[in-house]
Order: sequence, then structure tokens, then C-alpha cells
Amino acid sequence: MSFLNYLINGLSLGSVYAIIALGYTMVYGIAKMLNFAHGDIIMVGSYIVYSAMSMAGMHPAIAILIAMVGCMVLGVVTERVAYRPLRGASSSLAVLITAIGVSYLLQNIALLVFGADTKAFTSVINWKGITLFDGELQIRGTTIITIAVGLLVLFGLQAFIHRTKSGQAMLAVAQDRGAATLCGIDVNKTIAITFAIGSSLAAVAGVLFCSTYPTITPYIGSMPGIKAFVAAVFGGIGSIPGAMIGGLTLGVIEILSRTYISSQLSEAIVFAILIVVLLVKPTGLLGKRVMEKV
Amino acid sequence: MKKKLAVSVVALMTSVLMLAGCGGGASGGSSQGSGGTAGGVFKIGAIGPMTGDGAAYGMAVVNGSKLAVDEINAAGGVNGFTFEHKGEDDELNNEKSMNAYNTLKDWGMQVLVGPTTSGCCIAVSDLAHEDSMFLLTPSGTALDCVKYDNVFRVCFSDPAQGTASAKYLAEKGIGSKYAVIYDSSDPYSSGIYESFNAEASAQGLTIVSAEAFTSDSNKDFSVQLQKAKDGGADLVFLPIYYNQAALILKQAADMNYQPVFFGCDGMDGILTVENFDTSLAEGLILMTPFSADATDERTVNFVKKYQEQFGEVPNQFAADAYDGVYAIKEAIEKKNLTPDMSTEDICKGLMEAFPEITINGLTSSALSWDASGEPNKEPRIFAIEGGKYVVQ
Repeated sequence: MSFLNYLINGLSLGSVYAIIALGYTMVYGIAKMLNFAHGDIIMVGSYIVYSAMSMAGMHPAIAILIAMVGCMVLGVVTERVAYRPLRGASSSLAVLITAIGVSYLLQNIALLVFGADTKAFTSVINWKGITLFDGELQIRGTTIITIAVGLLVLFGLQAFIHRTKSGQAMLAVAQDRGAATLCGIDVNKTIAITFAIGSSLAAVAGVLFCSTYPTITPYIGSMPGIKAFVAAVFGGIGSIPGAMIGGLTLGVIEILSRTYISSQLSEAIVFAILIVVLLVKPTGLLGKRVMEKV
Repeated sequence: MKKKLAVSVVALMTSVLMLAGCGGGASGGSSQGSGGTAGGVFKIGAIGPMTGDGAAYGMAVVNGSKLAVDEINAAGGVNGFTFEHKGEDDELNNEKSMNAYNTLKDWGMQVLVGPTTSGCCIAVSDLAHEDSMFLLTPSGTALDCVKYDNVFRVCFSDPAQGTASAKYLAEKGIGSKYAVIYDSSDPYSSGIYESFNAEASAQGLTIVSAEAFTSDSNKDFSVQLQKAKDGGADLVFLPIYYNQAALILKQAADMNYQPVFFGCDGMDGILTVENFDTSLAEGLILMTPFSADATDERTVNFVKKYQEQFGEVPNQFAADAYDGVYAIKEAIEKKNLTPDMSTEDICKGLMEAFPEITINGLTSSALSWDASGEPNKEPRIFAIEGGKYVVQ
């Protein structure tokens, strides 16, 4: 029974990684860049929801909507200002370093605006969850809703990419930017849309993350950001179902290794598994090997 | 391309881990020892994180010492001289703390109240020892903080807190089975845990689970709580800071686990977490030197003045720093030190004076020191009842 409890705790943690990883993997898959500021956009989204709910007293649904729009604008603006000018740069490292810079910038702005004090987040999910076997086994409401939202986002994204014109444009851009331009696809616009969607997903991830672990500081985004990135790579970066599976697996591995091996070594074990997976299958669990054309 | 990515990811992860791993570093070049500056004022420096993760602690130390300095000056100073005060930010970073120390030394500092946190304090104490600068840390609790003879502290050391906690629990018979959740990446937390563990076995207390977490995994405590619950612990000892404790209290409530929680001075501040549901902390017991809710005249006056000047309720760090400045005043008066003496001579005088003085402070009515730098005082225990600290 306690094994089931730990498994569910693992899924709970994993569901949060998964939903963050979805945003990472989408931006990587299409824009071919690692947006290290993704974790910090999550932080910004959480602060927006916190301010709207706790300070302005708005309804959670409206607060989430505002956060999604806010993050969308933030994502598009950073893309336009910080990433687009470097897209043609000879080294793809330039964009990566800029993304790390943006990440620090966002953290420090949040530090200036909201201060360093820990703030308690009022969970937007009030459902206690399901209790089974006379309270022996408990599945929290946040876990169920996070997984449900994750699946919803997963299918939504798949449908968007495969069924709509902008989605098809994204696939084309992902495959070959030059050829996409020749076909009349506006690459800049397509990538901007990718960032808009990815960033508003970050807001949703932020709300769910803070509902599960209800404290906010300007640094909450960084560690989950790295873990979610690992989850995305684990599942095969660029693959949307891969991010979901990667996130859930990572959470379960982390909790189980913390339970049965060592509570201090769980991080090391997670990263060691990542290294092994990458050595055996460099593209991750669901990643596809794309042949490079000469 | 994908293979290249995989390799670079591995490289990146390694570098992230390495970055996370290295805390301290080489010392910044220390400037030449500037002796006594213009006579008339004693220059007191204060160091702590005024921005970043520990900002609440650093601001409290800087503000608390400032308040004491202002009071002393308004009341006629010390031996006819006044104090001048300057605070520097170290962002909870050892190297920046050393830089802050050097900045203050260039300013002409003669006595240092700080650094606020253990790691920074250990780093700066090396420099202060070289310079023979008297250093009084309000809140550096690690053992090594006072390894030099010119370094004293106002707070209890980590081991002293762990030992006192276990003794208190055994004496009062609170709880029958104990669990511990501690931060193994933090010397403060693991230091308390180790001495608690040693004293608990000496007292015959049963510890059913002792689970660690690290600064990289300080959000999810489900495993640690589940193990405590499965072991039947009715008291959970939390030698950690309140930020994580707030999450632990919430997660325990979510899983319908209601043991007594017991914390040390890092727990102080739990009620000030903005928007925190204080009913979660009901019944929590903590060992901390100061409570703003106490009703003695000294505390009431201090809290009132602090709030007027800085717009916040002071915490124990502010009280420790405040007491520290008064102790320095007492010591200066005892040995008739003057500001035109060299920093070395002031340091020597204060080192001789500290084991001889006893002050009636905020954190203890009889605060005195060993020559080793450790304070002698009674531990104070509070319980949270109705959203307030109640003295036990």
C-alpha cells in the first residue's frame, strides 16, 4: 500500500514536470532553441496569478487568463527582442547564452518588484482529491487536475499542429527553415506564434505548480525548469508525447529513489539515469532521428 | 545533430551541477590594514543578505543594529563618543560577503556586527582574523563561525540548539516517537540534526525516521512525511528554515497527518509568510531567542520603534543584532576604549571585555559570553496558539 502511495506521489511530482516540459519541448521542436528562460516565465505567471488573486481579489479563472495573456506577451517580446536578432548568428550558442541571460533578468526583476520574501500561494484547486481504502491511499486533487490538464494540453497541441494551417507551418519550419520560406511561410511569425503558445502554457504550468507546492519566491522557476528540461530530453526533446512521458517517469524515478535508495541522492540518480538514457538512445525515449542532409 | 545535442546536454548538466556545488572561493585581495580613523566616532559595520534568498535575515541584522546605534547615540553615546553605522549586502554569497567586508574596511570600520549567515561568517572570519578586527556575528550558528578568538556570537550554535531541543523534549515528555526532516545541503540544518540525534539517543528518545532533502529538492516532502507517518511518529522535528516548513505543514495537512511539529530558530518567521494560512502552524513549538509578541517592556519598546522606523515587525535576527550592539557598547565602556585606538587594540580590548560582561538584552535577561565566543543563556521555547507565539 505504501508503495502505491509513493507511486502516486511520484506521479504528482511528475505531472508538474510534464506540464513544464511540454512548453520546453514545443519551443525546441519548432524554433530549435533551448529557452532556458521558460522556468522563469513560469515564475512570472505564478506571480501574476498571485497578485491578481491575493491583492486584487479576482476570481481564479480571470487571474489565470490574465497570467496566460501576460506570459504570452512576455514570451513574444523576449523572442522579438532577445532571440530573433541572434537567429542568424553563426553559433547557436549565442541564443542559448542569451536565454540564460533572460532567465537571470526575469529573476532579478521579480526580486525588485516582489522582494525576496516567500509568499504563500492560495491553491486554485480546492478539491481534496480521492481517498481509497479507508484513507490508506490518497490521490490529491491537484495531482488529478495537473495530469488531466497535461493530457488536455498534449492532445490540444497535437491537434493544433496537425490540423491547422499555422500548425502545419510550424512543422514545415521545424523541418527546414529555408524550404519553408520558399513555400511562402513567414518563419518569424511562425516562431513568434510558437513562443506565444509555449509561454501561455508556462502560465498554466505555473498555476498548477504553485497549487501543488504553494509558496512563491523569485527563484521557484529555476530548479523545476532544469528538471523539466531533463524530462523533455529524457522523453525525446521535440516530441510532445515524449515530454509528457518523460515528465511523469522522471517524477516517479525521483520519488522512488528518494524512498528506497536515499533521500539525498535522488537528484544524482535522476541525472545519472538521464546520462545512461542519452548514451543508449541519444534521441531520448520517443525522439526521432533526423538525418542531416549534406 | 541530435547526438551533438545529447552530448552538449550532458556537458551542460555537469556544469550546472558544478556551479551549484561551488560555494566559497578564493578571497578577494584584502587591502592594507587601515588603523584608527578620525577620532570621535566608532565605526560599526554590518553585513548580511539584503537582497536575494536570505533578505529577510540580512535586512533585520542591518536594521536591528542601526536601531541600537541610533538609540545609543541619542542617549549620549558611549564614553562620550558616538557610533557610526553602515550596512553592506552580501546576497548570501561567501565571496560577496568578503567583498562587503573589504568595502566596509575601506570605509574605516572598527567593529563588525555580522555576517548574518554561517557560510558567509566563516568566510569573513578568516579575513577578520588576519586583520585583527573584532567580529560579533548575531546569527552565524555553525560551530566554525567562532573558531578564531576574535569572533563572538549572540545566537546559540547549531549543536547547542539540537542538544537543547532534545533535552527539552525529553524533560517535558512531549511525543513518544520522533521523526526528523532536515536539509542535508545546509550546514545549519544538518548541524542541528547531528547534535539532536546524539542527545536524543543519550536521552533514550526513539527516532523512527530521519529523512533529508537538499536545496535542489526542497518542494516535495511527500516521501519524508509518508515515512514519518508510516513509522508512527507523533512529533516531527524540523531543524530547517520556515520557507520549507510552510510547505511541509501544508503537505502534512493534505495527507491528514497531524503530529506535533517542533522547530528551531530558523522556524521563526513562519507566521510572517505573506498569505500563509496560519491555522496550519497551530500547535507548532519552536525554540527561538526572541518573539515580537512578548509583553516585557524592552521588547514592546523595541518592536514599536522598529516598526516606526522600518515598517516591519522585527524578527530574532534584528533582536540578536540589537543586543550585539549593546554588548559592544558595554564592552567598550568596560575597557574605556576610544575610537582613535587602532583596530587591533580595539579588538584586543573587546576580546578581554566580552567574557566579563553580562547584559540584559532582548534575547536573554542575562546574556554573557565564554572566552571561546559562545554565549551563555537559557533557551526560550514558544508555542503557536491562535496565530501568536506563547511562551512555554
